[in-house]
Amino acid sequence: MKLLSEILQEIRPEYDFSSSSDFIADGMLDSFDVITLVTALEKNYSIFISGTDIVPENFQNLQAIHTLLTQHGVQV
Amino acid sequence: MNLTFHRKRISGILAVLPARELSFVEEMKNYNFPEERSRKLMEVMGYNKRRIVEPGVCVSDLAVFGLRHLFEKGLLDPLEIDALLVISHSPDYLMPPTSNVIQGRLCLKHDMLCLDISQACAGFVIGLMQGFGMLTTHGNIRKVVLINGDIFSRRASSKDRSIYPLIGDAVTITVIEQDAEESIIHANVKMDGTRREALMIPAGGLHLPCSAETAIEQDEGDNNPRAKNHLRMDGSAIFNFVQSEVPPLIEELLTTAGVSVENVDYFLCHQPNRFMLQKLAEKMNIASAKMPNNVVENFGNSSGATIPIAAALNLSEQLKHGESLSCLVGYGGGLTWAAMLLRLGNLKFCEIVDF
Repeated sequence: MKLLSEILQEIRPEYDFSSSSDFIADGMLDSFDVITLVTALEKNYSIFISGTDIVPENFQNLQAIHTLLTQHGVQV
Repeated sequence: MNLTFHRKRISGILAVLPARELSFVEEMKNYNFPEERSRKLMEVMGYNKRRIVEPGVCVSDLAVFGLRHLFEKGLLDPLEIDALLVISHSPDYLMPPTSNVIQGRLCLKHDMLCLDISQACAGFVIGLMQGFGMLTTHGNIRKVVLINGDIFSRRASSKDRSIYPLIGDAVTITVIEQDAEESIIHANVKMDGTRREALMIPAGGLHLPCSAETAIEQDEGDNNPRAKNHLRMDGSAIFNFVQSEVPPLIEELLTTAGVSVENVDYFLCHQPNRFMLQKLAEKMNIASAKMPNNVVENFGNSSGATIPIAAALNLSEQLKHGESLSCLVGYGGGLTWAAMLLRLGNLKFCEIVDF
C-alpha cells in the first residue's frame, strides 16, 4: 500500500505537498488531478469515495485528505 | 416539478454523427499538459475517439440529412410532421429559429409548428416534456419531431483541455406521437438560474456582443486559454451539482411513479464523462449494465443528443423488438436537471448514421 504522499507525488511530481495548506488555491491540484487522486485512493486503499465527497474541501491539504480516508476506515 | 403524461410514446430514434473522427491520443499535444497526465485522464474519464463536424457545418445540416434519410427509407412521412422542435444552444442563426430553417430546407408543409428551445445537456428530457405537452393540449398535433443537437466544437477553444477533448458534435431525431395503448409517463424537472455561470458562453448575446476583444484567448489562471466567445465550464461545480442533485431527483421520480431502482431496466443518462456516470451509478446502487457510459469514449459528449445516442448505440435491437422500463436523465446548463420514466421500445427505427 502506497503512502498518501507517494500517491500525490505520482500525480504532480513537481510539487512538495508538505509545504502547502491549500493544494487547490496554490494551483497544485486542479479538478482533473482531484479525479485522478480519487481513483488512485480508491484503488490503493480499496475504498469507495462517494461523488458527493468529491469536493475541493476534502482535498485541500494533507490533513483534509487524511480525514476523508479516516472516515472511510483507512488507518493513516 | 412533477409532470405526468398519458398515452404518449417515442416511436423512433435516429442519431446523425459527423463522419470526421478525432483521437484523443493524437490531440494530446494541443494541450499544455504532460502526456502522462493526459493518459491518466484518458483512462479515468473515457476520452478516446470523438466525432466533430467539418468547418462550416451547422445543426440544420445534420438534421436535414437525417430527416431526408428517414423520408427516403420510408420511416417517416414528411406530411405527418405537425411540429418540429429543435433543442440546441448552437443555432444556425440568432434569427430565424433553426426549426424554421430545417422546415424551409426540406419544403415541409406550412400547416405545422416550428419551435426552438434553448437548452443543452438536459435538452432531450426537456424536449420530450414539451413534445408530450403539445400532443396533450393541441388535438391537431399528432406527430412531433424532436431534434436535439449541438455543434460545440465550433464554440470551444481547441486549447482548453477542460472541455475541448470531450466535445462531440451530433444531432438526434426523435419521433413522438400518441400511444394507442394506455401508458403513463412520469417526469420531474428542476431549474436553478442562480448557478447559471457554471456552464456558459459569455459573449454572443446582447449582454456581451461578439467583438474583436471577446475573441481574444486568455489564460485565466487554469492553463486553459479560452475567449469570451467560447464555451466554458466550471468542472468542479458541475460535478458537484450532478452528484448532489441528480440522485434525489431520480429517487423523487421513482417514488412518484411507485417503482424502485431494481424495477427499472435502464438508466439512460446524459453522458458527460465515464467517471461522473460511474460515481452516479455507485451512489444509487445501479448495476453498470443498466447504465451505459460509453458514449463519450466512442463519440464525445454531444450535449442533449447523448441520451438518444446511448439508446441507439447500446440498445438498438432490443428497443426495436421489445420494450423496457427506462429512466432518462438529463442535466446541464441553466442549471437544469430533469428525469423521465417511460416504457421505451417497439421503435420503428433506432439507429446511427454518419453524415
